[in-house]
Amino acid sequence: MDQNFRLSDGGLINRDKKLSFKFNSKTYYGFEGDTLASALIANGVHLIGRSFKYHRPRGFFGAGVDEPYAIVQLYRNGETEPNIKATEQELFEGLEATSVNCWPSVNFDIGAINNFLKIFLPAGFYYKTFMWPKSFWYKVYEPFIRKAAGLGVASIKHDKERYEHKYEYCDLLIAGSGPSGLASAYAAAKNGARVILAEDKARFGGTLLTSEVNIGNKSGKEWAEGIIAELKEMPNVTVRNRSQVFGYYDHNMLVMSERISDHLSKTKKFHPKQRLWYIRAKEVLISSGSIERPIVFGNNDTPGVMLSSAAKEYLKVYGVLVGRNPLIFTNNDSGYETAIEFKKNGVDPTILDTRKDPQSEIINEAKNLGINIKFSYVVVAAQGYKKVKSADIAKISDDKEQLGSVENIKCDCICVSGFWTPTIHLASQSGNKTKFNEEIDAFVPGISKQNETTLGAANGSYTLEGTLKNSFETAYELSKKITNNTNKISLPNVVEKKSTTHDKFWCVPLPKGKNYKRFLDFQNDVAVSDIEIALKEGYRSIEHVKRYTTLGMATDQGKTSNLNGLQLVSNIENKVVPNVGHTTFRPPYTPVSIGAIVGREIGKHSKPTRKSPMHKWHEQNNAIFVDAGVWLRPRYYKQGNENLFEASKREAKNVRTNVGVCDVTTLGKIDIKGPDAAELLNRVYTNAWLKLPVGKARYGVMLREDGIVMDDGTTTRISENHYHMTTTTAQAANVLSHLEYYLQLVWPDLNVNVVSTTEQWAGAAVAGPKSRDLLKKLFPKSDVSNEGLPFMGFIEGDLFGVKARIFRISFSGELAYEVNVESDNGNFMWEKIIEIGQEFKIQPYGTEALSTLRIEMGHVAGSELDGRTIPYDNSLEGLLSKKKDFIGKRSLTRKAFIAEDRQKIVGVVPLDKKTSIPEGSHLVKDSNAPLPNPKLGYISASCWSVEHDNPFSLAILKNGKNMIGEKLFVMSPLKNKVIPVEIVSSHYVDPKGERVRS
Amino acid sequence: MLHIKCPHCGMRSQNEFSYGGDATVKRPELGKEISDHDWDNFVYNRKSLRGKHLELWQHLSGCRQWIKVERDTATHEIFRTSKANEDNS
Ligand SMILES: [Zn+2]
Repeated sequence: MDQNFRLSDGGLINRDKKLSFKFNSKTYYGFEGDTLASALIANGVHLIGRSFKYHRPRGFFGAGVDEPYAIVQLYRNGETEPNIKATEQELFEGLEATSVNCWPSVNFDIGAINNFLKIFLPAGFYYKTFMWPKSFWYKVYEPFIRKAAGLGVASIKHDKERYEHKYEYCDLLIAGSGPSGLASAYAAAKNGARVILAEDKARFGGTLLTSEVNIGNKSGKEWAEGIIAELKEMPNVTVRNRSQVFGYYDHNMLVMSERISDHLSKTKKFHPKQRLWYIRAKEVLISSGSIERPIVFGNNDTPGVMLSSAAKEYLKVYGVLVGRNPLIFTNNDSGYETAIEFKKNGVDPTILDTRKDPQSEIINEAKNLGINIKFSYVVVAAQGYKKVKSADIAKISDDKEQLGSVENIKCDCICVSGFWTPTIHLASQSGNKTKFNEEIDAFVPGISKQNETTLGAANGSYTLEGTLKNSFETAYELSKKITNNTNKISLPNVVEKKSTTHDKFWCVPLPKGKNYKRFLDFQNDVAVSDIEIALKEGYRSIEHVKRYTTLGMATDQGKTSNLNGLQLVSNIENKVVPNVGHTTFRPPYTPVSIGAIVGREIGKHSKPTRKSPMHKWHEQNNAIFVDAGVWLRPRYYKQGNENLFEASKREAKNVRTNVGVCDVTTLGKIDIKGPDAAELLNRVYTNAWLKLPVGKARYGVMLREDGIVMDDGTTTRISENHYHMTTTTAQAANVLSHLEYYLQLVWPDLNVNVVSTTEQWAGAAVAGPKSRDLLKKLFPKSDVSNEGLPFMGFIEGDLFGVKARIFRISFSGELAYEVNVESDNGNFMWEKIIEIGQEFKIQPYGTEALSTLRIEMGHVAGSELDGRTIPYDNSLEGLLSKKKDFIGKRSLTRKAFIAEDRQKIVGVVPLDKKTSIPEGSHLVKDSNAPLPNPKLGYISASCWSVEHDNPFSLAILKNGKNMIGEKLFVMSPLKNKVIPVEIVSSHYVDPKGERVRS
Repeated sequence: MLHIKCPHCGMRSQNEFSYGGDATVKRPELGKEISDHDWDNFVYNRKSLRGKHLELWQHLSGCRQWIKVERDTATHEIFRTSKANEDNS
């Protein structure tokens, strides 16, 4: 039984290396160089899955990217991947695959009942049926569709494989290594151009591997191998197989997915699974070939019906017979090549040719070989359920309307050729307005939009000599333009068989009294009758017909179905195909794995994680970290069995009673220098800056032009023309960009330079009533008394030999300082503070305690400065200068901004002094009011006040100014909470701000 | 992905830049009286053109300079780029 359909020799597989694999749990054998498809066919397996809608049996239709049927679930090295085309998946030892879309098994599928009910599943069935009653949607329809739909199961496990991105530049990118791709790559490379040649398949050469031609006294295959070998040696050439150029984007950027490890049992150590290439090419040569078109006839989806070119490829590349009794159904000479291959390998095919009396070299050869040819004959219907057993055939009248009497002949496969469709996807993606070529009944590229040229079969050219000549010339001219070289390659002598014209026939009429399904789209089960219904129902635009019937919308994007669909629409509408127009081609040409798109930018790698110089110390001292933008910051330092709430309360309380230290390295820092620095600050901040003395800091608020608060922070005058600005952690990058915008574009006359110094300084906030005592010991040589370093003062100090900047600023509302040293000394500073602070009961505190301290003091932060509030809303109106203009000032006179009942920040305390208030809750007057209950405001930040030992929140409340003392309700439908509260001042602790000045 | 010529650095990919909107908008002078209508036009109202558009980009992951780019908003064709202080009007 083993590989019964494998020829005893021939093909390009490695017969010395036998591989075992499993399909639907059964073990089979194949050879190295097989695809999963060729190995299964070698074992006589033709039932691969079930179709999408009717669950009809599915086999193989093609041998490459155009495959609509043979989609499997793949298992590799403990991982699983859905929607893998068996025709593209290379065989490896231990490969496992299963059918999709069938239950309980591919041989007995319950969903196939749809096939017998198919009269109830016409075009638009889902749209029509599942509309009503509405309540049925969630319970009945959606689960049903979900179960019935889909082609495989995505893994929910984390993907352990690595995917990479690569950026590349080249003179010429050549997509496809068939005759035109090889010829143009060779010509351009020999003329000194930097070339990238990409081939989707494992083997280079395209149709040269399967056609009987002679180039320069070599077979097509030998010529291809010679060219590739030479190209690989050239330093200016990059050659990649297993690489699909799938997208053509703006400014000649193309994206290519390279499957580096998919053909191996296991990815090699340090290798990625796939690599995505972003290629910026000066010129693009599209040599993507063409795909054979099917002819439409009854039951044309039966396993065993396949493209004639695929049958030939299985024979010539894999040494595999798709059948022993083949029927070739063709409207052109290509079918004869397949028939001749069968004959040469001892199999007797029968050819049905729709043409009456064609004459050509290749037809004569078939005749001379004694092949049985029936002219003016068609296949009416395939017979057999899980595999073709016979075919109903009939003579067809010259006008192709009338069928003669139907006869049945035995066969085990039907190889169809309805001529060729150029693969114009990349050209179309580039913006090329394609045109219809009457001679080949297909669209070809028109005028190039970007620097793209389409060659060979992709351009509708079907003679080898013409293709090679044109490719050599085009590549020479393009490379000459780039390199100025003039090394021209002469065209080798080409021998090929001449063929005659094809027949435009594409769809076999139904015999009287028969209602066979004739499929156009094999993956989405769209039949001729579905298109007819759509048109009857009034759909006209091809884009609408496509969406209504789902024609061409499956994962194969209609590579084998689009043109026949267009033919049908134009026939019914009595239009010509170019007037119907084709639907838009969009990237990707073939499915791309999400892993490849994401690349290395996954999880923690999506952005670099930034850590302060003191990070290690935090780790060693049980810090629990939190993401703060791109930074990791200690949220709290766990002692014993403490939870977040207990730890942050302890840390905050220690700041209020003794002294605490907090890592504030993450704050944005901008160094500002220049004679006009003060003027810049005066324009950017809302308050006055011209008279700030050297050695003093000031708190400032900056607005956007629309009056909304952008950021706040302190800025210190270090020396005459030198300032140190701090921003919030989150806005650091935006503020720098904002300053650059005004300096470069709006006020270029200001002589100021700005630069980010966020990472140059490590910062520690030392806060609490004992902070001055600690500072005295840290800086014994400096005067840090209230007179020597008053509130908002700045001095430089010496921290045991390390230069430090000491700012007396406070975010906690306590007597506090911020010490900055160069980043390299950050850990030294931190350890010194902790060491010397022991006698003052110092404790480090994290962001949770930091928040608690600022909330109960009523200091605003990111949750209030959320891009929706103006200074008044945050009670910052005292910082608005009346004397000078500043960014955003004019907007503050907007009607809504000066309304009497404008929202304002307030404090909120629960009446029971116990219930914590969820952030984001709404404030309402009447908790029982009908919905939607009018919202008066929202809770922006909540904490447990360590000063008062009860919950306290900040809120932005409508008419907040006049609401102090009011009783309202906090409602949180999410947490199912209704809490009666009292509105109080936002300054819940030390409202006069005496502590910071003490 | 667009390919933008930074007048300071040369051809660079779009992902090094950030978009900054219409380059023809002039900020009103500081301290000057301005009507609500004119101020609204400056802050909010943009034409959202189809076709040639002079716009600002900042070479954020490069020289950090704000530059002017004349681009077709429909086709993405870039006609020219210039430094912030070059007058394109
Ligand atoms: Zn630049």
